[in-house]
Amino acid sequence: MRLTLPEQELMSSGHKGCQGCGGVMAMRYALKALGEDTIVVIPACCWTVLEGEFPYTSLRVPLLHTAFETAASASSGVRAALRVKGKDDVNVMAWAGDGGTFDIGMQALSGAVERNEDFIYVCYDNEGYMNTGIQRSSSTPYGAWTTTTPVDAFEKAHKKNMVDIMVSHDIPYAATASIAYPEDLIRKLNKAKSIEGAKFIHILAPCPSGWRCASNQTVKLARLAVETNVFPLYEVEHGKYTINRKPRKKPAKEYLSLQGRFRHISDEVAAEIQEQIDAGWEKLLKKEKDSME
Amino acid sequence: MGNHAAAYGAKLAKAEVVAAYPITPQTQTVEKISEMVASGEMQAEFIKVESEHSAMAACIGASAAGARAFTATSSQGLALMHELLHWAGGARLPIVMTNVNRAMAPGWNIWSEQTDSLAQRDTGWMQIYCESNQEVLDTIIQSFKVSEKVLLPTMICLDGFSLSHTYEIVDVPDQQLIDSYLPSFDPEYKLDVDNPQTFGAMNSPDWYYEMRYQIHRAMVEAKSLIIEANKEFDEIFGRSYGLVENYRCEDAETIIIASGTIASTAKDVIDTMIRNGTSVGLLRIRSFRPFPEEEIREIAGKAKNVGVIDRNISFGHEGVFFTETKASLYDLPEHPKAFGFIAGLGGRDVTPEDIEDMIRITASGDADEVTWYKLKDAGVVVTK
Repeated sequence: MRLTLPEQELMSSGHKGCQGCGGVMAMRYALKALGEDTIVVIPACCWTVLEGEFPYTSLRVPLLHTAFETAASASSGVRAALRVKGKDDVNVMAWAGDGGTFDIGMQALSGAVERNEDFIYVCYDNEGYMNTGIQRSSSTPYGAWTTTTPVDAFEKAHKKNMVDIMVSHDIPYAATASIAYPEDLIRKLNKAKSIEGAKFIHILAPCPSGWRCASNQTVKLARLAVETNVFPLYEVEHGKYTINRKPRKKPAKEYLSLQGRFRHISDEVAAEIQEQIDAGWEKLLKKEKDSME
Repeated sequence: MGNHAAAYGAKLAKAEVVAAYPITPQTQTVEKISEMVASGEMQAEFIKVESEHSAMAACIGASAAGARAFTATSSQGLALMHELLHWAGGARLPIVMTNVNRAMAPGWNIWSEQTDSLAQRDTGWMQIYCESNQEVLDTIIQSFKVSEKVLLPTMICLDGFSLSHTYEIVDVPDQQLIDSYLPSFDPEYKLDVDNPQTFGAMNSPDWYYEMRYQIHRAMVEAKSLIIEANKEFDEIFGRSYGLVENYRCEDAETIIIASGTIASTAKDVIDTMIRNGTSVGLLRIRSFRPFPEEEIREIAGKAKNVGVIDRNISFGHEGVFFTETKASLYDLPEHPKAFGFIAGLGGRDVTPEDIEDMIRITASGDADEVTWYKLKDAGVVVTK
């Protein structure tokens, strides 16, 4: 059998992730792509805990834990130190959740990307504050239940488009990626590695605990997110959009119905979600078309 | 000016990474370093971050990766860093920072006061208060030496405007002599792809407690290292400061305790008063963390009356230096009477006449324990 993924494992078993954690798979693939010459910077997020507890660690690369809102700024410091020491062949990867990216870490991220720091910023997005027990973040999608958006007052705000925000900074490279498409994910991290300056990768990381789904549904949900256009796979290189997959669109209901966090939604709300997804997809197609001209 | 002395100190110490954000009255430090890095006069990476929070985060990243890191801030900027001051201390990173002492808002006030830095007392940073621009420059170089030995960061405090913006002659030592005094930073543990390690992982009650003890021990040990670093500095450059400065305290009946520029003004006042027959001396506290309790006991313990001038206030209690000084004197079998003075908040002038007045009040041995010196009657309404 021919392996389509690098064999090297830079993440070990024995981590403290929940069963079926999408964030764990994301890290494993990311490190397969980047290799051992990589320094990882992790702010407060699920990975703070699941990485291991002193004196244990599950990563075989250097890892700096840092404060919640500092993934991008601490990474900037690491890069500066490497540059001053003449170590130009080391990757710096900031690895943050959606809370640390969309919310509390946004300012530092904006600053670092505006300065075009030479780093790869990965947001593994589980669409909420899952480490603290499932509270809404600005990444939580419309319609979802969390402990701070109970069913009577489910999430009404729309998820931010982080890739567009990054593109507005004239970032050299931004992309979405999925654990259900590891070859694509690894290709994107390899590409990020080859480009100088700031790189942003947005990985959807299904969270069985927070999404209220079975732990064996993680990959299936990640794939459905792509197939329903909930989370399209695309990349933006110097402002040029390329959609990597244009699926024959499945209805959003197939994706929503597997998750307890959407169990309460009426047909009306489900239809609304479908409309939003369709509008988002049309917008993305237009961006791709416009940026090619 | 003091801000330029700070920039030259960072340059001479060969800081490799500087991450800083401008704030009045620190701005000229950032500007000067920018110029020196741009011209190649200073070989460093200067990260022009979007906030002080990111400035300290970047210094943490750089220091963890093995680079000598420097930053400068003041007041609101220091407060914004607060979370990361704990981080730098807890991570045992020998970052050096100058903080220009400035009052905290509201109302907006850019003038001198020490409440900003004293509010960071328990973050695991050493704190040194300077009285001259020369001392600022020298202390940066000394602090890297001490910090890198004990693996704790140092905050060097200088008064807003009265040091930061005041021009005075500063001797800028020869780089080669500095290099012979301060070796390059080569930490045993750092982010290194050839020796991968995890820094700052989850730490349960099983070990967290012991790690706090290690920080405490390191800070206590820093006392002798600060003295040693000063001695060695003195041998090469002819200047030494110590944990405290004993200014004419021998057999003085009255001792005034102060820090920063109030202390340097007090020296003139004391010279005149001694000439006129008053038995008075000054104890200048230079190192606030680690706190020099033995030195305070030794120098001030035998005085009749001790007066502490605080350009800061711990609301609901008293001046911070006053509290700590009294605690140091408490276990002496016979201790002096101690009086606290709150003065100069928000940059209000503390003149030689004011200091003389506070010395006389102290010497009388008859005053309230704490005096808000020259407080105007503003018709204060406490509660309804």
